[in-house]
Amino acid sequence: MESQRHLKPLDFGSEPMTIELGPQHPAMHGITRFRCQLDGEVIEKMEADIGYLHRGFEKEAENTTYINVIPYTDRLNYVSPLINNVGYVLAVEKLFQVEVPRRAQYARVIMSEISRITDHLTCNGASAMEVGAMTVFLWFIKAREHLWELVEEVTGARLTTNWTRIGGNANDLPYGFLTMLDERLVKVEEALNEGEALILRNKIFIDRLKDIGILSRERAIEHGFTGPMLRATGVPYDLRRADPYLVYDELDFEIPVGTVGDCFDRFLVRQEEIRQSIRIIRHAVEKLPPGDFHCRDRRVWMPDKYEVFNSIEGLIDHFKIVMEGPKPPPGEAYHAVEGGNGELGFYVVSDGSGHPVKCRVRPPCFNYVAAVPEMTVGHYVADIVPIFGSINMIGGELER
Amino acid sequence: MSEDSAKPSAPETAPDAPAAPPAPEPPPLTRLLQEQFGERVLGHHAQHGDETVSIRREGMRDVFAFLKRDPRCAFDLMIDLTAVDYLPRTPRFEVVYHLKSLTVPHRLRVKVPVEAQAPEVDSIRELWIAADWYERECHEMYGISFKGHPNLKPLLLYDGFEGHPLRKDYPKGRQQPLVPMRPVKERYDYGERFQPVEHPHTPAVTLERQES
Amino acid sequence: MGMKFPFADAYVTTKLDQVLNWARKFSLFQYPFVTACCGMEYMAVSASHYDQSRFGAEIPRFSPRQSDVLWVVGTVNQKMAPVLKRVYEQMADPKWVIAFGACASSGGFYQNYTAVPGIDRIIPVDIYIAGCPPRPEAVLDGIIELQRLIQERGPHGMSGINPRQTKEPLVLSRD
Repeated sequence: MESQRHLKPLDFGSEPMTIELGPQHPAMHGITRFRCQLDGEVIEKMEADIGYLHRGFEKEAENTTYINVIPYTDRLNYVSPLINNVGYVLAVEKLFQVEVPRRAQYARVIMSEISRITDHLTCNGASAMEVGAMTVFLWFIKAREHLWELVEEVTGARLTTNWTRIGGNANDLPYGFLTMLDERLVKVEEALNEGEALILRNKIFIDRLKDIGILSRERAIEHGFTGPMLRATGVPYDLRRADPYLVYDELDFEIPVGTVGDCFDRFLVRQEEIRQSIRIIRHAVEKLPPGDFHCRDRRVWMPDKYEVFNSIEGLIDHFKIVMEGPKPPPGEAYHAVEGGNGELGFYVVSDGSGHPVKCRVRPPCFNYVAAVPEMTVGHYVADIVPIFGSINMIGGELER
Repeated sequence: MSEDSAKPSAPETAPDAPAAPPAPEPPPLTRLLQEQFGERVLGHHAQHGDETVSIRREGMRDVFAFLKRDPRCAFDLMIDLTAVDYLPRTPRFEVVYHLKSLTVPHRLRVKVPVEAQAPEVDSIRELWIAADWYERECHEMYGISFKGHPNLKPLLLYDGFEGHPLRKDYPKGRQQPLVPMRPVKERYDYGERFQPVEHPHTPAVTLERQES
Repeated sequence: MGMKFPFADAYVTTKLDQVLNWARKFSLFQYPFVTACCGMEYMAVSASHYDQSRFGAEIPRFSPRQSDVLWVVGTVNQKMAPVLKRVYEQMADPKWVIAFGACASSGGFYQNYTAVPGIDRIIPVDIYIAGCPPRPEAVLDGIIELQRLIQERGPHGMSGINPRQTKEPLVLSRD
């Protein structure tokens, strides 16, 4: 930061200028307003204003049944919707104390990792585009398109998946999915290599990202950073290892960490995480056990069609689940998963009725945007764009 | 999931009954806090493996400072801060903190009950800067003010928004538009069926919560 | 268009209108007002896989003054509504608005204290694209629909400033 001070313009008796970035700004892939006070081109003071995509997730969730919250979770972090589905459902299952069959857990891992790849591809592609590397963006979007077709194969939707259910998944992995997955992963790897060959030794790209937006390890922890942003500063904190959920403790992968904590480190960490996710998927496909894709707990899972049509108990259970929704015992549960951006936690409070009393999302990028002023002060105006691109701000998750 | 169900969970206590029969052996963190602060710990449970203590509002900042600085706790990450509105209950609100330690593998949930009249708790922004925005959000959504917070401006909402939308007594559909909503003529063109329902007091769509 | 043609009263004008409309519909400069999830699909549409530049709607112009089409992509809430209105008012006049997705068209399933129930409560809208989010094919269909609307109706869409605008709903021919 200090090294840039010598580039200050000559003293013409200038006075500080205040500019506003956003909420609709071409270079920002999100709707956040930044009010910056500039001295020449250097940012002296900055204030962030969010809330332009506040959609009342929590109010909606409190007014609906537990199952009907799942579609709302798609729209939280809309770049990796499956991780949100899984996270919410795990929290509710914790409330119910339901055990999900192992095949369903493996399927959830596979789908979460596909989602994580799409998330990181979008983030890295967009941040490359914003500093001028349009080709990389197009290639990464092409790779993402391959994966979205896979997601569509399983869930029926490209983006708003709504795939998990309390106690299982909506369906099993379809026939022929695993072969298709193998082919697509190879294509993603190709796109990754092509993209990296274009930019990782490109001077413009490196100059724009290196030593920009540094936040030290201590400050990052103080700000509550998690996920790739914290790992870029060198803290190997990954919920898949630190608090293993699903079957992550049975799978091989490594946690990439950065050294400095600048935008370039974040870019590299995300690139490496894509590779590790591919590794997880391959390992999980190897170990994918046979079995059922949902549990048989009658509190949460609807009885079979045969039973509904032929027995009064089945009919009543079906009716109650459809009309009133599953009713967890009173209590509270917090479950966190490693989302695309970091610790994505769901805190669900139940009073024994069919509606949640409280369904809170712990948004990982909330902390990042809160720390943007600290990361940006002392840099040029043009550096806002790579810094903001590297934090992967997702409006639906930030403002819910 | 498998991790949590393997653990022996303490007897389940409902969140609205903090004085339920105490667990036979409180978990280590709870015991530590009870030894340290005694009366200030109102209750605790470890339902589903989430260790939870609820503490008194007075002097809560000391408890949080202890939780952050003591090496046995070492909670360096402030994960989440939110509030819950249990409307008919007497301490109406509960401010809920989730803490996580990077060095010691444990988590803790701290709850601070707050009454409905002039709800106020101490700000912990000085301890974790991450709490800054969370407290602002909690303030506008629930109307709980944080003593010591320098800047409780609206964050997700806007200036001029009256009321606190996440309180249970705020109707779900009550909108407070910043620009006047125009009537939609184009929608009428395709028949009477699509006419939006206009209410005199609420300019936009109203979907009241159906009380179950 | 601000264009003075000396034989404005002659019968040729209709022909010229058609030529102008034909030209207009294939050079749609767009302003993406991207707010939410639908933006991901918008990115997919503009990237190479679905490639909306085949329809002459290629370049996003990030200045409202240079653009013809305002794409409102995603949920608009009450805090964002003044911004949307202002962006719309800044656009120069032959302008069209596309409501992209369920939230922009009607509020979608966010019927609560903060989401605007359809951006047509704020600004006039020409084309509504259904879906949450719409598939890229649906988006391309929306572009084609808009082109048809421009060809049939001229420079004035739903903004309602065209005196010649009929009261009857526009029924677009599908063949």
